Amino acid sequence: MAKISLLVNGEPTTADIDPRTLLVQFLRENLRLTGTHVGCDTSQCGACIVHLDGKAVKSCTVLAVMADGHAIQTIEGLAADGAPLHPMQEAFREHHGLQCGFCTPGMIMSAIDMVRRKGHDLDERTIREELEGNLCRCTGYQNIVASIAAGATAMAKSDLA
Amino acid sequence: MYEFKYHRPETLQQAANLLAGNEDAMLIAGGHTLVPVMKQRLASPAHLIDLSHIEGLDSIEMREGLLAIGATATHADVADSPIVGEAIPALAELAAMIGDPAVRHKGTIGGSLANNDPTADYPAACLALGATIVTSKRRLESDDYFQGMFSTALEADEIITQVMFPLPKQAAYQKFRNQASRYALVGVFVVRLPSDVRVAVIGAGADGVFRVAAFEEALKTSFTSESLEGLSVPADGLNSDLHGSAEYRAHLIGVLARRAVDAANDRA
Repeated sequence: MAKISLLVNGEPTTADIDPRTLLVQFLRENLRLTGTHVGCDTSQCGACIVHLDGKAVKSCTVLAVMADGHAIQTIEGLAADGAPLHPMQEAFREHHGLQCGFCTPGMIMSAIDMVRRKGHDLDERTIREELEGNLCRCTGYQNIVASIAAGATAMAKSDLA
Repeated sequence: MYEFKYHRPETLQQAANLLAGNEDAMLIAGGHTLVPVMKQRLASPAHLIDLSHIEGLDSIEMREGLLAIGATATHADVADSPIVGEAIPALAELAAMIGDPAVRHKGTIGGSLANNDPTADYPAACLALGATIVTSKRRLESDDYFQGMFSTALEADEIITQVMFPLPKQAAYQKFRNQASRYALVGVFVVRLPSDVRVAVIGAGADGVFRVAAFEEALKTSFTSESLEGLSVPADGLNSDLHGSAEYRAHLIGVLARRAVDAANDRA
């Protein structure tokens, strides 16, 4: 077993885990943060994307023990229960950027990372290229792209972002 | 995934001692090759040695007139580094083409080179640029380092610490992706050095990365895509699979080499 302590959505968290535990397993099964999904389990689909020290990573391909001492943010950490949604979440709601919703947490975490790296004024080509590592089997991406463009603009005016 | 014992050295010496002192030990940094193969039980190290906490191992700097990239520098570090962008823009562009943004935040240059996947991008850059792979024990020239797919000159207790790239006069990388996996079906890295031209191909060779002497000779005479017209690579010894026949890959090598030369000339 290995002892880890890390920040999860701002909360100091410690645990004693089997070193084999994947970060996504730790989040879902130990912490019950089930907003982060497991899609392909092979680092292709992006449903498991969380932020590690502010950068998007595929948590199905990160050992939890390697996140020791780092800060993790999940979809649950974007806005408190009952509080207004994060502007990127609100943009996905407003522009109908989802159908079944399975890929959505990863899409939103990826989109926020995209805005941090590429800025608030994102053209369609940039968004589509940057979504290389996020698969959606429902929408055809059209409204996801529209949501991200709108969310990126909204983040410029929000304190939550 | 099978059980393993996790180690977190803070210095290179500690890591080297752990690697030498434990049977069935493997190194991990970004984990973006090793974790998937451990999940598939294709790798089952008894000891996992985490290099990601060794300070300075991810540095990117100019040293002795060479671009020196630390083993644990991520693909995103290399892609975004102004030092790389200035010294060898083609290398920064190659790093920006690996995987996707989240993968690039974790995967490392040292991991890519140690694994020597026949469809990985970095081996093409190292071989074409004539990079030196610096390890915990010695310096290896890229012409000696790559020894067939998933095979390198690294010894069991050896750790890559840095990759040193000579600065080319011109360089460019062109990749033709598999539409599903996005790995290189064929990738060609073309380099013009002060007194040499080197062309390295990834994705196509049944034995991993290789150089194309005929292209290099033609480009030494004239570094233009026209000088490659009519030249081809034999399909013998190239991969043939459901993604493309050996003949198709041979054709792509010619096409991508000409595009890479054009791209290098457009940059100049």
